Amino acid sequence: MDWQGQKLAELWMQVLLIVFAVVAFATGYIMGSFRTMMLIYAGGVVFTSLVTVPNWPFFNRHPLKWLDPSEAEKHPKPQQQVVASKDKKKSSKK
Amino acid sequence: MHSFGYRANALLTFALTILALMCAIASFSDNFNFPSPSAQIQIVKFNWFQKQVHGNDEVSLTMNITADLQSLFTWNTKQLFIFVAAEYETPQNSLNQVSLWDAIIPAKEHAKFWIQTANKYRFIDQGSNLRGKEFNLTLHWHVMPKTGKMFADKLVMSGFRMPEEHR
Repeated sequence: MDWQGQKLAELWMQVLLIVFAVVAFATGYIMGSFRTMMLIYAGGVVFTSLVTVPNWPFFNRHPLKWLDPSEAEKHPKPQQQVVASKDKKKSSKK
Repeated sequence: MHSFGYRANALLTFALTILALMCAIASFSDNFNFPSPSAQIQIVKFNWFQKQVHGNDEVSLTMNITADLQSLFTWNTKQLFIFVAAEYETPQNSLNQVSLWDAIIPAKEHAKFWIQTANKYRFIDQGSNLRGKEFNLTLHWHVMPKTGKMFADKLVMSGFRMPEEHR
Protein backbone atom coordinates (compact mmCIF):
# COMPACT_ATOMS: atom_id res chain seq x y z
CA MET A 1 0.00 0.00 0.00
CA ASP A 2 1.47 3.36 -1.00
CA TRP A 3 1.29 6.65 0.92
CA GLN A 4 -1.82 7.90 -0.85
CA GLY A 5 -3.41 4.49 -0.35
CA GLN A 6 -2.76 4.59 3.39
CA LYS A 7 -4.33 8.01 3.66
CA LEU A 8 -7.32 6.80 1.64
CA ALA A 9 -7.71 3.63 3.74
CA GLU A 10 -7.73 5.59 6.99
CA LEU A 11 -10.25 8.11 5.66
CA TRP A 12 -12.54 5.39 4.33
CA MET A 13 -12.31 3.47 7.58
CA GLN A 14 -13.39 6.45 9.67
CA VAL A 15 -16.12 7.61 7.29
CA LEU A 16 -17.63 4.14 6.81
CA LEU A 17 -17.66 3.32 10.53
CA ILE A 18 -19.28 6.63 11.48
CA VAL A 19 -21.87 6.34 8.71
CA PHE A 20 -22.75 2.79 9.77
CA ALA A 21 -22.93 3.85 13.42
CA VAL A 22 -25.34 6.70 12.62
CA VAL A 23 -27.50 4.50 10.38
CA ALA A 24 -27.52 1.67 12.94
CA PHE A 25 -28.43 3.96 15.82
CA ALA A 26 -31.18 5.73 13.89
CA THR A 27 -32.70 2.45 12.67
CA GLY A 28 -32.49 0.84 16.08
CA TYR A 29 -34.00 3.83 17.83
CA ILE A 30 -36.85 4.21 15.36
CA MET A 31 -37.64 0.48 15.31
CA GLY A 32 -37.19 0.31 19.06
CA SER A 33 -34.83 -2.61 18.68
CA PHE A 34 -31.40 -2.66 20.30
CA ARG A 35 -30.68 -5.91 18.50
CA THR A 36 -31.20 -4.34 15.07
CA MET A 37 -28.73 -1.58 15.96
CA MET A 38 -26.10 -4.12 16.99
CA LEU A 39 -26.60 -6.28 13.90
CA ILE A 40 -26.38 -3.34 11.48
CA TYR A 41 -23.28 -2.02 13.19
CA ALA A 42 -21.63 -5.45 13.30
CA GLY A 43 -22.32 -5.83 9.58
CA GLY A 44 -20.86 -2.37 9.03
CA VAL A 45 -17.66 -3.26 10.90
CA VAL A 46 -17.24 -6.44 8.84
CA PHE A 47 -17.87 -4.55 5.58
CA THR A 48 -15.46 -1.77 6.57
CA SER A 49 -12.72 -4.22 7.45
CA LEU A 50 -13.18 -6.01 4.11
CA VAL A 51 -12.85 -2.67 2.30
CA THR A 52 -9.97 -1.08 4.20
CA VAL A 53 -7.84 -3.84 5.73
CA PRO A 54 -6.71 -5.97 2.73
CA ASN A 55 -4.19 -4.43 0.35
CA TRP A 56 -6.57 -3.85 -2.58
CA PRO A 57 -5.16 -2.67 -5.94
CA PHE A 58 -6.87 0.71 -5.69
CA PHE A 59 -4.67 1.55 -2.70
CA ASN A 60 -1.60 1.20 -4.96
CA ARG A 61 -2.25 3.71 -7.70
CA HIS A 62 0.46 6.16 -6.61
CA PRO A 63 3.68 4.10 -6.52
CA LEU A 64 6.84 5.86 -5.37
CA LYS A 65 9.22 6.69 -8.22
CA TRP A 66 12.77 5.93 -7.08
CA LEU A 67 15.73 7.28 -9.02
CA ASP A 68 17.40 4.82 -11.34
CA PRO A 69 20.69 3.49 -9.84
CA SER A 70 22.68 4.72 -12.88
CA GLU A 71 21.35 8.21 -12.18
CA ALA A 72 22.82 8.08 -8.68
CA GLU A 73 26.24 7.05 -10.00
CA LYS A 74 26.33 10.07 -12.30
CA HIS A 75 25.77 12.37 -9.32
CA PRO A 76 27.98 11.06 -6.51
CA LYS A 77 27.77 12.45 -3.02
CA PRO A 78 29.84 15.57 -2.31
CA GLN A 79 33.42 14.57 -1.47
CA GLN A 80 33.73 16.78 1.65
CA GLN A 81 31.65 14.48 3.80
CA VAL A 82 33.91 11.53 3.00
CA VAL A 83 37.02 13.55 3.93
CA ALA A 84 35.50 14.73 7.16
CA SER A 85 34.60 11.21 8.22
CA LYS A 86 38.16 10.01 7.45
CA ASP A 87 39.60 12.80 9.58
CA LYS A 88 37.43 11.77 12.47
CA LYS A 89 38.50 8.20 12.25
CA LYS A 90 42.16 9.21 12.27
CA SER A 91 41.74 11.55 15.19
CA SER A 92 39.96 8.88 17.18
CA LYS A 93 42.78 6.41 16.54
CA LYS A 94 45.37 8.87 17.85
CA MET B 1 -1.59 2.19 8.32
CA HIS B 2 1.22 0.60 6.33
CA SER B 3 0.50 -3.04 7.16
CA PHE B 4 -2.41 -5.44 7.46
CA GLY B 5 -1.99 -5.69 11.24
CA TYR B 6 -1.85 -1.93 11.75
CA ARG B 7 -4.99 -1.36 9.73
CA ALA B 8 -6.87 -4.17 11.49
CA ASN B 9 -5.83 -2.76 14.86
CA ALA B 10 -6.81 0.80 13.96
CA LEU B 11 -10.18 -0.36 12.65
CA LEU B 12 -10.98 -2.48 15.69
CA THR B 13 -10.02 0.27 18.12
CA PHE B 14 -12.06 2.90 16.33
CA ALA B 15 -15.04 0.53 15.90
CA LEU B 16 -15.10 -0.27 19.62
CA THR B 17 -14.78 3.39 20.57
CA ILE B 18 -17.82 4.18 18.46
CA LEU B 19 -19.66 1.20 19.92
CA ALA B 20 -19.06 2.52 23.43
CA LEU B 21 -20.33 5.91 22.33
CA MET B 22 -23.47 4.37 20.78
CA CYS B 23 -24.17 2.50 24.00
CA ALA B 24 -23.71 5.68 26.02
CA ILE B 25 -26.15 7.55 23.79
CA ALA B 26 -28.62 4.64 23.94
CA SER B 27 -28.43 4.76 27.72
CA PHE B 28 -28.88 8.53 27.67
CA SER B 29 -31.95 8.19 25.43
CA ASP B 30 -33.75 6.50 28.34
CA ASN B 31 -34.00 9.93 29.95
CA PHE B 32 -36.56 10.96 27.33
CA ASN B 33 -38.95 8.24 28.47
CA PHE B 34 -41.38 9.49 31.10
CA PRO B 35 -43.09 6.37 32.40
CA SER B 36 -46.54 6.37 33.96
CA PRO B 37 -46.82 2.96 35.61
CA SER B 38 -49.95 2.02 37.53
CA ALA B 39 -50.61 -0.73 40.05
CA GLN B 40 -53.26 -1.85 42.49
CA ILE B 41 -52.99 -4.43 45.21
CA GLN B 42 -55.98 -5.78 47.11
CA ILE B 43 -55.78 -8.16 49.99
CA VAL B 44 -58.27 -10.91 49.27
CA LYS B 45 -57.99 -12.45 52.71
CA PHE B 46 -55.71 -13.22 55.60
CA ASN B 47 -55.27 -16.99 55.41
CA TRP B 48 -53.95 -17.33 58.92
CA PHE B 49 -52.26 -15.22 61.54
CA GLN B 50 -50.32 -16.76 64.39
CA LYS B 51 -47.58 -16.38 66.92
CA GLN B 52 -44.57 -18.62 66.37
CA VAL B 53 -43.18 -20.75 69.23
CA HIS B 54 -40.41 -18.22 69.86
CA GLY B 55 -42.80 -15.28 69.85
CA ASN B 56 -42.64 -13.75 66.38
CA ASP B 57 -45.86 -12.95 64.58
CA GLU B 58 -46.35 -14.60 61.23
CA VAL B 59 -49.16 -13.93 58.78
CA SER B 60 -50.21 -15.51 55.52
CA LEU B 61 -52.30 -13.49 53.10
CA THR B 62 -53.67 -13.67 49.57
CA MET B 63 -53.30 -10.67 47.28
CA ASN B 64 -54.68 -9.49 43.97
CA ILE B 65 -51.95 -7.65 42.11
CA THR B 66 -52.92 -5.65 39.03
CA ALA B 67 -50.23 -3.65 37.29
CA ASP B 68 -49.47 -1.95 34.02
CA LEU B 69 -45.72 -1.39 33.80
CA GLN B 70 -45.46 -1.29 30.01
CA SER B 71 -44.41 2.36 29.97
CA LEU B 72 -41.23 1.43 31.86
CA PHE B 73 -39.98 -0.48 28.84
CA THR B 74 -37.84 1.35 26.30
CA TRP B 75 -35.71 -0.01 23.47
CA ASN B 76 -32.83 -0.18 25.94
CA THR B 77 -34.66 -2.22 28.59
CA LYS B 78 -33.63 -5.81 29.13
CA GLN B 79 -36.04 -6.75 31.89
CA LEU B 80 -37.84 -5.58 35.01
CA PHE B 81 -37.45 -6.98 38.46
CA ILE B 82 -40.47 -6.24 40.62
CA PHE B 83 -41.31 -7.08 44.18
CA VAL B 84 -44.07 -6.37 46.64
CA ALA B 85 -42.98 -5.42 50.12
CA ALA B 86 -45.05 -4.89 53.24
CA GLU B 87 -43.82 -1.80 55.06
CA TYR B 88 -44.76 -0.83 58.58
CA GLU B 89 -43.46 0.90 61.67
CA THR B 90 -42.71 -0.70 65.02
CA PRO B 91 -41.29 0.69 68.27
CA GLN B 92 -37.86 -0.85 67.47
CA ASN B 93 -37.65 0.09 63.80
CA SER B 94 -39.03 3.14 62.02
CA LEU B 95 -39.27 1.10 58.81
CA ASN B 96 -39.74 -2.64 58.46
CA GLN B 97 -39.75 -4.04 54.94
CA VAL B 98 -40.83 -7.61 54.31
CA SER B 99 -40.68 -8.91 50.78
CA LEU B 100 -43.85 -10.88 50.02
CA TRP B 101 -43.71 -11.63 46.31
CA ASP B 102 -41.41 -10.95 43.37
CA ALA B 103 -41.20 -11.53 39.64
CA ILE B 104 -39.04 -10.89 36.62
CA ILE B 105 -40.75 -9.36 33.62
CA PRO B 106 -38.68 -10.22 30.54
CA ALA B 107 -40.67 -8.35 27.89
CA LYS B 108 -43.07 -5.46 27.40
CA GLU B 109 -45.87 -7.87 26.42
CA HIS B 110 -45.81 -9.34 29.92
CA ALA B 111 -45.72 -6.02 31.72
CA LYS B 112 -49.50 -5.63 31.93
CA PHE B 113 -50.70 -8.38 34.19
CA TRP B 114 -53.07 -9.53 36.88
CA ILE B 115 -52.25 -12.19 39.42
CA GLN B 116 -53.83 -13.62 42.52
CA THR B 117 -51.24 -15.08 44.83
CA ALA B 118 -50.50 -15.94 48.40
CA ASN B 119 -47.32 -14.42 49.77
CA LYS B 120 -44.38 -16.17 48.12
CA TYR B 121 -42.00 -15.42 51.00
CA ARG B 122 -42.94 -15.72 54.67
CA PHE B 123 -44.27 -12.61 56.33
CA ILE B 124 -42.71 -12.71 59.79
CA ASP B 125 -42.31 -9.77 62.13
CA GLN B 126 -39.26 -9.30 64.35
CA GLY B 127 -41.36 -9.55 67.46
CA SER B 128 -45.05 -9.48 68.13
CA ASN B 129 -46.20 -6.20 66.66
CA LEU B 130 -48.52 -7.24 63.88
CA ARG B 131 -51.90 -7.38 65.64
CA GLY B 132 -54.08 -4.56 64.28
CA LYS B 133 -51.01 -3.00 62.64
CA GLU B 134 -51.50 -0.59 59.76
CA PHE B 135 -49.15 -1.29 56.90
CA ASN B 136 -48.36 -0.31 53.33
CA LEU B 137 -47.93 -2.62 50.38
CA THR B 138 -45.28 -1.18 48.09
CA LEU B 139 -44.57 -2.30 44.57
CA HIS B 140 -40.86 -1.76 43.92
CA TRP B 141 -39.30 -2.13 40.51
CA HIS B 142 -35.77 -2.20 39.20
CA VAL B 143 -35.35 -1.45 35.53
CA MET B 144 -32.42 -3.38 34.07
CA PRO B 145 -31.21 -1.73 30.88
CA LYS B 146 -29.23 -3.36 28.12
CA THR B 147 -26.56 -0.71 28.56
CA GLY B 148 -26.15 1.90 31.24
CA LYS B 149 -27.31 2.48 34.73
CA MET B 150 -29.94 0.39 36.48
CA PHE B 151 -32.62 2.46 38.17
CA ALA B 152 -35.41 1.78 40.61
CA ASP B 153 -38.68 3.31 41.73
CA LYS B 154 -41.80 2.31 43.62
CA LEU B 155 -45.53 2.79 44.12
CA VAL B 156 -46.80 2.89 47.67
CA MET B 157 -50.29 1.61 48.45
CA SER B 158 -51.35 2.40 51.97
CA GLY B 159 -54.27 1.77 54.25
CA PHE B 160 -54.03 -1.96 54.95
CA ARG B 161 -54.65 -3.31 58.42
CA MET B 162 -53.75 -6.59 60.09
CA PRO B 163 -56.41 -8.65 61.87
CA GLU B 164 -56.81 -7.78 65.54
CA GLU B 165 -56.41 -11.36 66.81
CA HIS B 166 -54.30 -14.42 66.03
CA ARG B 167 -56.16 -17.18 64.25
